[in-house]
Amino acid sequence: MAEHTEHGVHIASLRLLVVVLIALMFGTWLTVSATYVDLGALNIWIGLAIATAKAVLVGLYYMHLRWDRPFNAFVFISAFAFLALFVGFTLMDSAHYQDLIIPGWPGQ
Amino acid sequence: MAAQHHEECHDPHVAHHFESADQQFQSAKLGMWLFLATEILFFGGLFVAYSVYRSNHPEIFVFGHQFLDKNLGAFNTVVLIWSSFTIAWAVRAAQLKQIKLLKWLLVATMACAFVFLGVKYVEYSSKWKHGLLWAAKFQPHLEATVGDGHGEGDASHEAGGPQPEAEVPAAEASGTAEAPADPDRPTIPLAPDGPPGLAAEAEVAGAGHGAPMATPDMAKIFFSIYFLMTGLHGIHVLGGIAAMAWLLRCAARGDFDTGHFTRVDMVALYWHVVDLVWIYLFLLLYLIH
Repeated sequence: MAEHTEHGVHIASLRLLVVVLIALMFGTWLTVSATYVDLGALNIWIGLAIATAKAVLVGLYYMHLRWDRPFNAFVFISAFAFLALFVGFTLMDSAHYQDLIIPGWPGQ
Repeated sequence: MAAQHHEECHDPHVAHHFESADQQFQSAKLGMWLFLATEILFFGGLFVAYSVYRSNHPEIFVFGHQFLDKNLGAFNTVVLIWSSFTIAWAVRAAQLKQIKLLKWLLVATMACAFVFLGVKYVEYSSKWKHGLLWAAKFQPHLEATVGDGHGEGDASHEAGGPQPEAEVPAAEASGTAEAPADPDRPTIPLAPDGPPGLAAEAEVAGAGHGAPMATPDMAKIFFSIYFLMTGLHGIHVLGGIAAMAWLLRCAARGDFDTGHFTRVDMVALYWHVVDLVWIYLFLLLYLIH
């Protein structure tokens, strides 16, 4: 069924590549349409969720992570984990003194 | 064992410090993934700046994103996703030794990259024209157009576009309410009102939009972040074009005739990351609600 090179590397089928392409296009349409619905603070999280779903599709199938050595996926995902720490801690920090730098910040 | 080892040492495609072609391939791949991890962190610094400023000053982003054209952004997203598909297919072609198909797919991917940069050029030049630039260069103004009665002098500061929807509270909350809603105040056309901010100014000025929105303090921050993020991404697109040109040369030289596809695979991984970054940039810069 699944094709492989002489060295046992997985070859993605054209059908799979097309299916992922269609899913990514659908995701883009969904992201754009979602911005026309006012969900308040939820909007950004829905957008990020769709974008992340697209990123996972690209990573798993176009970047072959699904068939790659798990360590490579670990390296890549760890970059996102560190980025989340970076963003998270910086936001926590700046939230603590927002009332000092922004006059009238509601959190006072 | 010794004989086999001896034989592999003479494989011209395997460097002497690798045990086997497979080990060489896996090492290249691990190196590439490490590089991509650093790329994510490279962009990460800018995403941190984005998050901090957006959480502290949401009104700047609500204001600024109106000058970006959603349609052009969406078009570029589709172009990059398509190019991701063609280069993923190119990897398959290289694995199956379909050299002619590989060349065509590389050309298609490069064409997408050029289209992307072309659209970016249109977007940048409209920002340039209206002084919607980074940091100290942020001096919103109208290009002197025929029949435009406004002097350039008073236009150089505090010029804001009209507000399309009733998002006025954001403007008031920004603390720049002293900027008067002067009917004579020049306005910069918003992206939705025409081709990338190039619409005739007069049509927009009083076209039934709500109250004009004052330019928030530090609106320049949005444009600094916009140009830094899309600029760094654009440089990566240029790098991708160079890498694909190199692949084309390798393909023409016959490097991939033996089924050796490592280089195509590495460039494709890089290109997918360029696509991934854009998926987030499009959402975070163009689709602010």
